[in-house]
Amino acid sequence: MATESNGATSTSTCVGPDGSAIGMPQLCFEWFPNQIFWLVITLVVIFFVLSRIALPRIASVLAERQGTITTDIAAAEDLKRKAEEAEAAYDKALADARAEAQSIAQKTRDEIKAELDKAMAKADAEISAKAAESEKAISDIRATAMENVEAVAKDTAEAIVSALGGKADAKAVAAAVSNRIKG
Amino acid sequence: MAADKAEGGLVFHPMDQFIIKPLFGDGAIGMFTITNITLWLFLAVVATVLLMVFGTSKRAIVPSRSQSIAELAYGFIYKMVEDVTGKDAVKYFPYIFTLFIFILMANFLALLPMSYSPTSMIAVTAVLGFGVFIVVTILGFVINGASFLSLFWVSSAPLALRPILAIIEIISYFVRPVSHSIRLAGNIMAGHAVLKVFAGFAAITAVAPLAIFGIVAIYALEVLVAFIQAYVFTILTCVYLKDALHPHH
Repeated sequence: MATESNGATSTSTCVGPDGSAIGMPQLCFEWFPNQIFWLVITLVVIFFVLSRIALPRIASVLAERQGTITTDIAAAEDLKRKAEEAEAAYDKALADARAEAQSIAQKTRDEIKAELDKAMAKADAEISAKAAESEKAISDIRATAMENVEAVAKDTAEAIVSALGGKADAKAVAAAVSNRIKG
Repeated sequence: MAADKAEGGLVFHPMDQFIIKPLFGDGAIGMFTITNITLWLFLAVVATVLLMVFGTSKRAIVPSRSQSIAELAYGFIYKMVEDVTGKDAVKYFPYIFTLFIFILMANFLALLPMSYSPTSMIAVTAVLGFGVFIVVTILGFVINGASFLSLFWVSSAPLALRPILAIIEIISYFVRPVSHSIRLAGNIMAGHAVLKVFAGFAAITAVAPLAIFGIVAIYALEVLVAFIQAYVFTILTCVYLKDALHPHH
């Protein structure tokens, strides 16, 4: 409470002669008008500075930022859509190229096969011609060999007959040998 | 302030820091005398202008540090007003923000050594608290007329209980500005007085380390209190304003 002190040396009833507070300075009534006056001035100044300058400015900055963010997000979505379109186009081009490559490969394969078939046919023909020739040669050789064997057999048979003391009838021996060879 | 603490034994003057002195001369303190409280109120204005005006002067889309602090304070209080009081109370936002930033700046400036703490003075916080009370009450009657009195008539309670509840509600309504202002002044005053008491103990060698540790700990607590009290004062203002705008429970 506001204490009634002698206050001879001090200018205030709330401060003792040694300069220390008497009671709580908070409750010193003679200081109230001063505090209230300056507080009201302070609040009015702060209020006008804030409501005229600072708060509208911050509000506009925040709104502007919100606008920028919205625009940027829209732009990002646009770009994303474009990227997706580009990806689709790329995929299509890739599929086309793959199909074309497939067809080219198929065509090449067909050509090679046709050429191969042709070459095979030619080779087959050559082989069969060669085989026929060889067969003929073999049969010739076999015929010649048969004749030779017959001649040798007749001669050998005549020689054996004469060696055994018989009289070799050339015709009979030849007939017998040819008979034997055939049978 | 407490310069004479060490002479002779232990002399604590924890309340001397709250003495109001004229800055110039030695005369009596009249209403318009420029005093230490004037200086620190002025510094609160300067700090507010530095943060809210010069800090945001670039209007950057990507904010600088000071601009993001200003925006953070703006968004914090704006959301509080919107959430607690309602969307129709946004037009009172500049007033509530003025209260918040003033208390915040005064509280934090008071944490500087050799500073003066205006928010520790009952007269200061009573002006704030009763100012809010009077404005809210007038606003309540202007907006709602006589139906503002339904704030005291708890229609959800049984009829027999309503008169008793009305008395309790009225008492609690009129105690609001007292608790509103004393909460702030009491917290700041107590914190600063405790700091001074610990500082007095620091003069004794035996307990000096403990006392200095105590100062550090209390100071850390006071940093927290400085913000929390500004926050509490503001959110209670929002709650009271909500009662004025929507008095029906």
